[in-house]
Amino acid sequence: MSEKWQDYKDHCKLVNPANKRKLEVIVIGTGLAGASAAAALGELGYKVKVFCFQDSPRRAHSIAAQGGINAAKNYQNDGDSVFRLFYDTIKGGDYRAREANVHRLAEVSANIIDQCVAQGVPFAREYGGMLSNRSFGGTQVQRTFYAAGQTGQQLLLGAYSALERQVALGTVKQYNRHEMLEIVKIDGKARGVIVRNLVTGKLERHFGHAVLICSGGYGNVFYLSTNAMGSNVTAAWKAHKQGAYFSNPCFTQIHPTCIPVSGDHQSKLTLMSESLRNDGRIWVPKKQNDTRKASDIPEDERDYYLERRYPAFGNLVPRDVASRAAKERCDAGYGVGSSKQAVYLDYADAYVRYGKIEAGKSGKDHATQEEIIAMGKKVVEEKYGNLFDMYAKITGENPYEVPMRIYPAVHYTMGGVWVDYELMTTVEGLYCLGEANFSDHGANRLGASALMQGLADGYFVIPYTLGNYLADDIYAKSISTDHPAFAAAEKEVSDRIEKLMSIKGKQTVESLHKRLGKIMWEKCGMARNEQGLKEAIKEIQALKKEFWSDVKIPGGINEMNPELDKANRVADFIELGELMCLDALNRNESCGGHFREESQTEDGEAKRNDEEFMYVSQWEYKGDSQWELHKEALNYEVIKPTQRNYK
Amino acid sequence: MNLTLKVWKQKNSATQGSFETYQVKNISSEMSFLEMFDVLNEQLIEEDKDPIAFDHDCREGICGMCSMYIDGRPHGPWSQNTTCQLHMRAYKDGDTIVVEPWRANAFPVLKDLIVDRQAFDRIIQAGGYISVNTGNAQDANNLPIEKAKADEAFASAACIGCGACVAACKNSSAMLFTSAKVTQLSLLPQGEPERKSRVLDMITQMDKEGFGACTNTGACEAVCPKGISISNIARLNKEYIRAGLIV
Repeated sequence: MSEKWQDYKDHCKLVNPANKRKLEVIVIGTGLAGASAAAALGELGYKVKVFCFQDSPRRAHSIAAQGGINAAKNYQNDGDSVFRLFYDTIKGGDYRAREANVHRLAEVSANIIDQCVAQGVPFAREYGGMLSNRSFGGTQVQRTFYAAGQTGQQLLLGAYSALERQVALGTVKQYNRHEMLEIVKIDGKARGVIVRNLVTGKLERHFGHAVLICSGGYGNVFYLSTNAMGSNVTAAWKAHKQGAYFSNPCFTQIHPTCIPVSGDHQSKLTLMSESLRNDGRIWVPKKQNDTRKASDIPEDERDYYLERRYPAFGNLVPRDVASRAAKERCDAGYGVGSSKQAVYLDYADAYVRYGKIEAGKSGKDHATQEEIIAMGKKVVEEKYGNLFDMYAKITGENPYEVPMRIYPAVHYTMGGVWVDYELMTTVEGLYCLGEANFSDHGANRLGASALMQGLADGYFVIPYTLGNYLADDIYAKSISTDHPAFAAAEKEVSDRIEKLMSIKGKQTVESLHKRLGKIMWEKCGMARNEQGLKEAIKEIQALKKEFWSDVKIPGGINEMNPELDKANRVADFIELGELMCLDALNRNESCGGHFREESQTEDGEAKRNDEEFMYVSQWEYKGDSQWELHKEALNYEVIKPTQRNYK
Repeated sequence: MNLTLKVWKQKNSATQGSFETYQVKNISSEMSFLEMFDVLNEQLIEEDKDPIAFDHDCREGICGMCSMYIDGRPHGPWSQNTTCQLHMRAYKDGDTIVVEPWRANAFPVLKDLIVDRQAFDRIIQAGGYISVNTGNAQDANNLPIEKAKADEAFASAACIGCGACVAACKNSSAMLFTSAKVTQLSLLPQGEPERKSRVLDMITQMDKEGFGACTNTGACEAVCPKGISISNIARLNKEYIRAGLIV
């Protein structure tokens, strides 16, 4: 296992520089995976075209990642290693990820940090000038590199700058405000895309010897999520409908520390970095339906339920465990705030702890409690100031004075397009990178691992594996976009758009999306059961009919029309929602972020079933609401699966 | 609360625009400013009217896509804030709010409140990077960087590229945007080899795009959602002069 990637690199086929210039590659999406892939392939000399629906590649949603990026550097001398990162990721994913891919991810993690620093990414540093680390959920070492609460932003801007450099050098052509709406296949291979120019509404044809889907996750199927408003499944879904298997769609990550929903108008949810759990303590009142203010509830009437249930990891249990525990307390009537769908994240102890250290450092042995707390607040402000400010802006409360209220929200999707070790989908020449694929996080992703995977795929994996494929393609001449396959694909897209616009129904796209989200959250959210999932499938099928007969889209086709863009995406979300429920129904076990109520231990912990479900589900599209299930068995050669235990 | 909105409507970049007046009712103080626009747009679609096109994506103040010029100020009344993070607590019943797109020749209006900011991409293309290929970079800790400098570089790198600085400037200058990137890279040892060419090339591109010269009024700093300091512009000037003097 530990030699597999080196061995692959030593023996994979190469393309000589003169031939690279003739090979065209299409990249969809400009987040960490897409931008890094496009930049790295441009550097190698391929002719790259990169597309994003936003007004600039720098807007991609990777930008919003806060906490950090993991790497097995062992700079802290706390026992970290490639193996430990590999092990933690497999275990954190609840033994539903492919060992070889995860090992490779751990191996290249250190190169990512080196690469980013070389690009000028301003990571946090210690006074000695060395890089700083912090710890994250699900691990016992400090391996997370960060740039305040804006790590995703800094990494994406690094990848974006590398991409813009290639644009300036002429190796990459960039198309902003363009959305991919179909894959073009010729002789079974992906050979291009149909995209819509979102400013003019015109459809365009683009040829590529290979197509890379780097379009991110599908969390917006729930309507409310921490994803950006435009994040969508459309590119991945088109790939799926063209023959790419979709894997583990039911594996969604519900992040424990988000700002709770405040009302029906809510358009999105905001995440508070998991790093807050490093110093904050999570609690609810010991009494049900307690309406007292947090400050009026004495210490011995507070239930620090994570510390109580999981003494070894305490507030730093993995995300799925922390989210379910919060839901359990709220469902049992211990929730706080006006909605009762929230728990407290309290920094009171951290103020005192840091304050005492500061007092000690400055020799103030007789500091009063108030002085200590004030000094502690300063330290916390330096560490988490931007997050506290964000909380204050959204809620109108001062989190330095009252504990924050948090509740879980949909954040990340582990499932996605199935890929092999080379990141190729079941369609030849069609690749999938980053969150859009299923490969590395199993049933639950550890904090600070998404950034790592996006950049690993783009900078360090695809430059090798794509060459291995294209080496056999050097004789394939570029295909004219007048080819009948392009014409047919374009007609498919324009027919669909015309159909959408001709419905002229009564319900807005937004209202239908909200209804889909409600079904998904209630029946395919943090806890799922057979009856609910069966109902959900029926409800989604009915919603699909309603959508295609009653949706109302204003404006025209050949113009800028954000409502039409949204309708195209929501139509795909509806189909995906059905498949997610089908997958959740099929997987009658609890693992990672997927909790089937039928499969739990006596004390309510998730119960995995390795005998029957140690596989990756691979759904093959067979027509409207029709799928065939294939299974990729998971063979653990190195790590022996055990029941996860964070107690 | 009930509000009156006067919003810039413009079909596309080839046509003239004008203000339209809208009424919105029952807006809660917990809503964000953009959620208030969502409510208005739902209402307009139901009334068979044209919804208002506006740019937005992350809605958590980091992607830089949202861009409304609210009552004469980019991103509205709150300081160090983006449009998407502005909440309706800032307003009271009966208020009239005027909303325009960013106004700058280098940012042509595409539709309603949406402008084209690709000029910013082109300024970065001119030199806003370190020319290092992907591959075997040296170990990250082989390059110690003084914490104060790293922190300062980070403060400049926090720019989200929204363009509020340009919108606020009466000369539509892009000096704050350009200077933030130049500052970040000039503070770091990695940026040293291209220090001269970077600043010269980026300023040339900035001028070519039609952005104006710095007015020294500091309006850019006052409206920057990320608190990018005007001292970045001082450093840009210093770097520019240095590049001209040192051979």
